[in-house]
Amino acid sequence: MSDHRLALFRAMVRARVLEDRLASLYLSGGIPGGSVFLSRGQEAFSAAAAMQLRPGDVYAPLIRDQAGRLVRGETPLDAIRVHLGRTTGVTRGRDGNIHRGFPRQGDLAMISHLGSTIGTVAGWLMGLRQLGKAGAPGDLAVGLASIGDGGMNTGALHEGLNIAAVEKLPFVLCVTDNQLSYSTFSDRTYACRSLVERAAGYGLRGVAIDGTDPDACWAACRDAVARARAGEGPQMIVAKLLRLAGHGMHDDASYVPAELKSRFADGVQTYEVVLRKDGVLDEAAAQALWDEYRSETAAALAQAQAEPSPDPAQEPWTALSTRALA
Amino acid sequence: MSSTYIEAIRRALGDALAEDPRVFLYGQDIAGTFGGAFKATKGLAERFPGRVLNSPISEDGQAAVGIGAALAGCRPVIEFQFADFASVAFNQMVNHAATHWWRTGVPVPATFRLPAGGTPGGGPFHCQMVEGWLTSHPGLIVVAPATVGDAYHMLRDAIACDDPVAYLEHKHLYNHLRIDTDPSRAERLPLGKAAVRRAGRDCTVVSWSGMVHECLKAAEPLAEQGIEIEVIDLRCLRPLDTATVLASVERTGRLLVATESWPFGGVAAELCAWISEHGFSHLDAPPRRLSAQDTPVPFHPDLFRAHHPDAARIAAAVVETVEF
Ligand SMILES: Cc1ncc(C[n+]2csc(CCOP(=O)(O)OP(=O)(O)O)c2C)c(N)n1
Repeated sequence: MSDHRLALFRAMVRARVLEDRLASLYLSGGIPGGSVFLSRGQEAFSAAAAMQLRPGDVYAPLIRDQAGRLVRGETPLDAIRVHLGRTTGVTRGRDGNIHRGFPRQGDLAMISHLGSTIGTVAGWLMGLRQLGKAGAPGDLAVGLASIGDGGMNTGALHEGLNIAAVEKLPFVLCVTDNQLSYSTFSDRTYACRSLVERAAGYGLRGVAIDGTDPDACWAACRDAVARARAGEGPQMIVAKLLRLAGHGMHDDASYVPAELKSRFADGVQTYEVVLRKDGVLDEAAAQALWDEYRSETAAALAQAQAEPSPDPAQEPWTALSTRALA
Repeated sequence: MSSTYIEAIRRALGDALAEDPRVFLYGQDIAGTFGGAFKATKGLAERFPGRVLNSPISEDGQAAVGIGAALAGCRPVIEFQFADFASVAFNQMVNHAATHWWRTGVPVPATFRLPAGGTPGGGPFHCQMVEGWLTSHPGLIVVAPATVGDAYHMLRDAIACDDPVAYLEHKHLYNHLRIDTDPSRAERLPLGKAAVRRAGRDCTVVSWSGMVHECLKAAEPLAEQGIEIEVIDLRCLRPLDTATVLASVERTGRLLVATESWPFGGVAAELCAWISEHGFSHLDAPPRRLSAQDTPVPFHPDLFRAHHPDAARIAAAVVETVEF
């Protein structure tokens, strides 16, 4: 029991430390372009979901999934390299910040267009079926995708999710209702009481959870992934929490009222208290953990900063992989 | 064995399914005994159980499935019922499929089939030639076969290609074009190469898809007037085989591009601009475009026929260019 709780907390802290460093780097002008998007407040749900996956599964993280990405094997160095646009990064400076992944391993590199990855994950799972690589019920390869309360309203989400349901795919949709899409509150983006009500409309199983409670996140994710893997078809989890940052570092989120903020906890802080109370962690161990990740991030940053930026003269400037046509 | 254009497409799909276990088909109404709005997949669902799948009316979702399946290692062929509806999948094709290799180093070998082009009575939403918006985005290959042999080979090549391919098949050619041989034995040109369909010394006339046949039709009366046109079938619209067109213009000194598509931007404008830029010294007359009217495609057959160029208008434009 406590093993996974410690691992979950570790993943949350690791993401928090990395993102805090990226945030300060942004403020000091150290990010060459764009913004930095923080998952502050969403670490638990992201990590808990990714921790249920295994090699061969498909993962489609979104804007606020630093924790899940780290769980899946990304390193802070990978993340920093892409933020700095280094040639050593997976996108080699061609794309930045959150638009990164390891598609050969089933970790999709999101495009900005919200909702687009839902049908892609469905297609991947259909592809595995075609290739005879989907596995048997109980052992199915699972696809897990993230979406926000904003992205839930795209046509792409609807089309992709409906296809996943029609095909009865082992698909898990993790919906993070963080009360906001950019500066717009949920009352302007959907009219049902909870987004989980939509699950029934697609013919899939849905559960609503408190996204600020890491143990609740863990339990719901474990159950949903297990059900998908067993062949019960697509699952939806709606986690309610608050985005504890601006949309990106360029946004001070001054539009978020204090009253709303007072209603939502920061899972990283509260979980540390809970784990210490439960004896999973003592003060020294907690401190050591934060220190470990601070030095990991510092070392990764130092390394990435010493690495080369792309040279436009070396860039082949072709978007086709077929050499004969490039 | 003889084959129509649509039979060549069906044959290519069947051969691809038979030869490559990674291939599967996904589209609206393509499965069962129905076999698609145009019957391109008729009989294939029975021959290849589980590999010809009906989709909901979800063009964005269909394209997304194609991308995901391609990333998983498949060679999916996504059928849109009409090219017009592929506009709903525009984002997936140009932002997702077309950027993927460049962004990540992992290609997306998906094929998108788009039944395109005008047929009388089709109206604004069932007749569009959509290459204008598809070709403006890097990373997507766009092909438009004009012959039965190309309909077969270019579909096979599209499926075999590691990059995403939009395959524009002309609905008017489906049953109007027939060859008396096996399409798989027809001449196979490389993907990306244009074909000279008729040699001539006086004017280079470039087109693609259905319009190639109007150009060939125009060549006869022109020849009687002593004007020999060289008809080039682009075949592939992205990338463009500018070398073949330039070589022809070097000989003829004149260029007319005839298209069923709209006048603003697009392939004809691009080709004229490119030849003006790179072949200026060879030109004896301004490069000329002959396009559709700048309106949606009309419903009434008389309006429809007047909307896009035909052999008579092509011939008249050639005469003007030659007499310039
Ligand atoms: C289709 C689309 N439209 C607009 C945007 C611009 N955009 C990026 S994130 C965002 C807000 C998303 O809100 P939500 O889905 O709730 O996720 P959150 O940012 O709250 O995590 C917007 C509007 C986009 N990326 N994609």
